[in-house]
Order: sequence, then structure tokens, then C-alpha cells
Amino acid sequence: MAIVAQHTKFSKIAWPVLAWVVALIFFFPIFYMVLTSFKTDADAVKPEFLFSFTPTLENYANMTENYDYWRFARNSVITAVSATIFTLVVAVPCAYAMAFNPTRATKDILMWMLSTKMLPAAAVLYPMIFMTKAAGLYDTHFLIIMVLSLINLPIVIWMLFTYFKDIPKDIIEAGKMDGLNTWGEVREILIPLAWGGIASTALLCFIFCWNEAYWTVRLTTTDAATLSKLIEGNRAPEGLFFGRLSAVSTAAVGPIVVLGWFCQKQLVQGLTFGAVK
Amino acid sequence: MGRIVLKDVKKSFGETNVIPPLNLEIDDGEFVVFVGPSGCGKSTLLRMIAGLEDLTAGDVEIDGNVVTEVPPSKRGLAMVFQSYALYPHMTVRKNIAFPMRMAGIDEETQKAKIEAAATSLNLTDYLDRKPGQLSGGQRQRVAIGRAIVREPAAFLFDEPLSNLDAALRVGMRLEIMELHEKLKTTMIYVTHDQVEAMTMADKIVVLQAGVIEQVGSPLDLYHAPRNKFVAGFIGSPKMNLFEGEEATKRNAHTIGIRPEHMTVSKTEGLWEGTVGVAEHLGSDTFLHIHETGLMDMMTVRVNGDFAARHGDKIFLTPDENQIHRFDAEGMRIE
Ligand SMILES: Nc1ncnc2c1ncn2[C@@H]1O[C@H](COP(=O)(O)OP(=O)(O)O)[C@@H](O)[C@H]1O
Ligand SMILES: [Mg+2]
Repeated sequence: MAIVAQHTKFSKIAWPVLAWVVALIFFFPIFYMVLTSFKTDADAVKPEFLFSFTPTLENYANMTENYDYWRFARNSVITAVSATIFTLVVAVPCAYAMAFNPTRATKDILMWMLSTKMLPAAAVLYPMIFMTKAAGLYDTHFLIIMVLSLINLPIVIWMLFTYFKDIPKDIIEAGKMDGLNTWGEVREILIPLAWGGIASTALLCFIFCWNEAYWTVRLTTTDAATLSKLIEGNRAPEGLFFGRLSAVSTAAVGPIVVLGWFCQKQLVQGLTFGAVK
Repeated sequence: MGRIVLKDVKKSFGETNVIPPLNLEIDDGEFVVFVGPSGCGKSTLLRMIAGLEDLTAGDVEIDGNVVTEVPPSKRGLAMVFQSYALYPHMTVRKNIAFPMRMAGIDEETQKAKIEAAATSLNLTDYLDRKPGQLSGGQRQRVAIGRAIVREPAAFLFDEPLSNLDAALRVGMRLEIMELHEKLKTTMIYVTHDQVEAMTMADKIVVLQAGVIEQVGSPLDLYHAPRNKFVAGFIGSPKMNLFEGEEATKRNAHTIGIRPEHMTVSKTEGLWEGTVGVAEHLGSDTFLHIHETGLMDMMTVRVNGDFAARHGDKIFLTPDENQIHRFDAEGMRIE
């Protein structure tokens, strides 16, 4: 008895404490980044100034006045939104076909799509740069939209496929009997029933696009450069300007954190529950 | 109109042949039941008529038009699924209106038809509910409502009552039969339950492994089963089928006698056996008889109650006119 009681008492205290510690460890870099963004570059590198410093908005002012924050932000919005829309336009019919008219090859195709994610991006970096430059696509919105879409397509198709598979085939067939053509099935049945799943997939895809850094940094210079590029650009060339770097980073991740916060419920629901249940 | 003709229709899934070439004619206004054991291809055949399944070979004709290449939406048939297959995101009203909306029928007519269907199916109070808030029986009624309003050339039912409990099943069976009396529209009804087939059908199509074993009225099938399979499948309890001396004596390889076509006595009779389990239904008694030397276990049906205990000696006398004879291939001998 006593042991059991002690045990439960222990877990009642220990688990929350552990959870908080882990959460704080994970949260610390973000906290540190936000805090540093309000320090001058000089203050930022002094460890004793972790909390005692005079807050300043100088970094943010600097960023919008001298570093063209809004252009990068606009590029991020354009590329992430377009890529998400394009990805869904391709992925919805694709997942629909695989979920409701599977062939013997469907499973293999799904595996193959996932396997493309196993290719190290670095392996094709130089061919990509040469080819896109030769084609005149380097540093264009079009290129970034295509690259972001192609990177995310496999995972988006997979996610949509699992949501669509939850919709009973009979309901689609009842729709056919009631006079629906293929587009009608998608519009009248598939999208309404899988709405939660489609929305959370779109949100996740948007977040991935927004945060993508490897390609957006390497395939752009100015015209199509996104916020990832802005962060990157503020890192190396002029030395360690931690204050400014932090401000840029905060402003880059800010929108997505806020979006994620508002859509949290939707995301969790979409990722954990079936579409129709 | 709803005359449906299947001409040499064949279906294979990859290598496996589910429906060998098969021919069937269904007249306008008929209530046809496809019956057979699970996995014999009843649903596949129905879905081929609906257009939900492609044909490997052959043609489907509706009212003289070949519809083999016509998509399901254009065949003018309505289907009721075992799972009901209602649209879960729409209210009952919207579910019933759906095929009419797809057909571009005006709102006034839609309203009138929904009202009429809801009244005849007892759904008036539920029109604004979603399918998730209805019982199984109500859902099935909505599915039927959705099928009636579009005035199809024929109704296709795929085991529509299998998900309902026994009491509801009997009630819904009657409702569907009433509906057929009222509409006089062709109905094709798939079931594995021979009682449903016997009670509902004008014409029964008995299937086994995709092959039509017999087509006929319920009583044709009962009185003159074309082969051993039909003899054993139609009728409840099952016909007693056995080989041996008694069969040879009657110039047959196998003979069959239905449980209701034997008289039972405790003192005398043609065959002797021992009572096993006795099922007392009040109206009837089913006795399972062992040690007859004819077959493992023979079933006999006695009208009213019959006092018999496990282990009692018992004598059976078949009605000779009711003995069915089959040859070595299992085909009926007239
Ligand atoms: N899509 C399919 N792919 C492969 N085999 C199938 C498919 N659909 C049905 N079958 C097979 O066809 C046979 C008949 O199935 P079905 O028509 O559903 O039988 P029933 O409705 O009489 O129970 C079964 O053996 C089943 O396994
Ligand atoms: Mg079936």
C-alpha cells in the first residue's frame, strides 16, 4: 500500500517536473532568440547580460529600413502560398485516384514516392544550380514554387491518401449512382468529408514551405529570396551580429508560430483523428 | 421501364474468374433475388449491372439499350447498400434531395417528393438530422428514400437488411415488398439469406461460384430443385440428402427429403433412429435424429409440439411423393 501510494505521489510530481524541464530546454533557444533580438549587438555577446540589459527596438528598425525585410517576407508569402496551393491541386486528385481506384502498383508507387525523400539534397545541389541557371530559372519565384512543391508532394500525397482511405468506398459509389461524375465526387463528397484532413495537410505543407532553407538559400540571390535567405544573409558576411540576427530570425519565424498557435486544435485533430469519425 | 438483360457477362479480377460467362433476363417490374453463399459473386453481378464494376466480357442491356460502356450515373438505376452509404455531412433532407439535385430537378418538385418520401417512410421528424443521429433502421429508410425519389428504371439492393437486428429485418422486408407492390418497378435484391429470397422474390436466381444453378419462382425451387445444391440451399431447415441403399432402391444416386415431408412415430415407421436435440418452437418442433444409418444427422419437422427426449427411439416415414431424386452428377431425376 505505502509503496504504491509513494509511487503515485512520486509520479504525480516527477512527471510534470520532467515535462516542464524538457519543455523549457526545447523552448530556451526560441526564448533566447527573442530576448537577444531586443539587445544591441554589443550586449548580445556578453553572457552576464542575459537579463540585465536595456531593451532596444533598434534591431527591428534596422531590419525594416536597411535590410528590406518586407521584400523577403513578401517572397516567403508568395512562394509558400503558391507552392501549397499547387501541391494540393496535384496531390488531391492523385491521392483520390490511389485511395478509390487502386491498382496493383499503388502500394509500390506510394513507397517509391516516399523513397524520393531519402535522396540527400546535397547530392543534387550542383546539378540543380547549373540546370536552373542554364534554363534561366535561377532566382525566380517559379523555380522556388516548383522546388517547394516537389519537395512536399510525397508527404502531402501520403497524408491525403490516409485521410481519403478513411472515407467508405460505398459513399463514393452511392454518389456515382446518384449522378456524380469524377469531379462531382471530389467536390460534393471527398472535399467536404476530408475537409479537416485537407486543411491540416495544407497547413503543414505551408509551414514546411515557409521554413525550407536548404534550397531557398541556394537557388536565390535577390528576386525570389525568402526570409530563410534573409537570416542566412545576416549571419556570415559581417561577423557575429547576434542582436540583428535574432531580430531577423524572430521576424521570420514569428508569423508561422502565430499561425501554428491559432491552428493548433485543427492540426492536432487533423493529425490524430480520421476524417469521418 | 426496367427490363434488364445480361448477355454472356463475364468478370475476372486479375487471374481469378468470379463470374464465368452468364446469361440472365429480368423482366420489367419483376422482383428478382440473387441468392447464394457468401463469396459466390452476387454483389459483383449486381455491381456489374449498376456499372460500378467493369465487365471483362459480354454486355448489359437496359430496356433494349446496351449500357456496358455507360457510367453508373447515366444508367438510371438506384442502389441501396448494406452499409446504407448515406452522405454523413448532409442532413436527411439533403441526402434524399441529392439525386434530384444532380438531375437538375426544380426545387418545388424536390420539396414535394421529399415530403412524400418522408411520409411514406416515417422520416418526417428526422429530416433535419444528420445520418449519424439515426438508428440503423432509420438510416436504411433514408437510403431507400434517396433511391425512390429519382424514379429509377430499377432498384438494386445489396444485402440491405444484413446490418439490422432480426426484428427490424422482418419489418423492413415487408416495407420493401410493399414498396414494390406500390411502385411496380423492377427490383434486384441480393441476399445470402434464403428465407429473404423465398419470402420476397417473384423470381429467384440461385448462384454458386458465379454460376447460375437455377432460376425460378420460390415454389419452383422448393418443389423441383434442379440439382443437389439448390435442394440443400433452399428451404429451412435444410433438406436431408443422402446416398446408399435407400437411394439405389429408388433408382437414384442421391435422394432428398425435406424435414416437413416425413411423419414421426414412437412405435413404427420406415426408418429408425435416436432423438438428439429437440428444438421446441411451439408452432413446430425440429427433431435432430441420429443413428438412422442413412446420414449423420437427419432433421425432421413436426407440426405443433412433440414430446421427445434426448435418446428416445423414433421412427420416420417419408412421403414417397416428396422424395427428390438426383443422379451421380447431382442433377435432378424427374
Ligand atoms: N475488387 C476485387 N478484387 C478481387 N477479388 C474480388 C473483388 N471483389 C470481389 N472479389 C472476389 O469475388 C468473389 C465474389 O465476391 P462478391 O461478389 O462480393 O460475393 P458475394 O456478394 O456473393 O458475397 C469473392 O471471392 C471475392 O473475393
Ligand atoms: Mg456481397
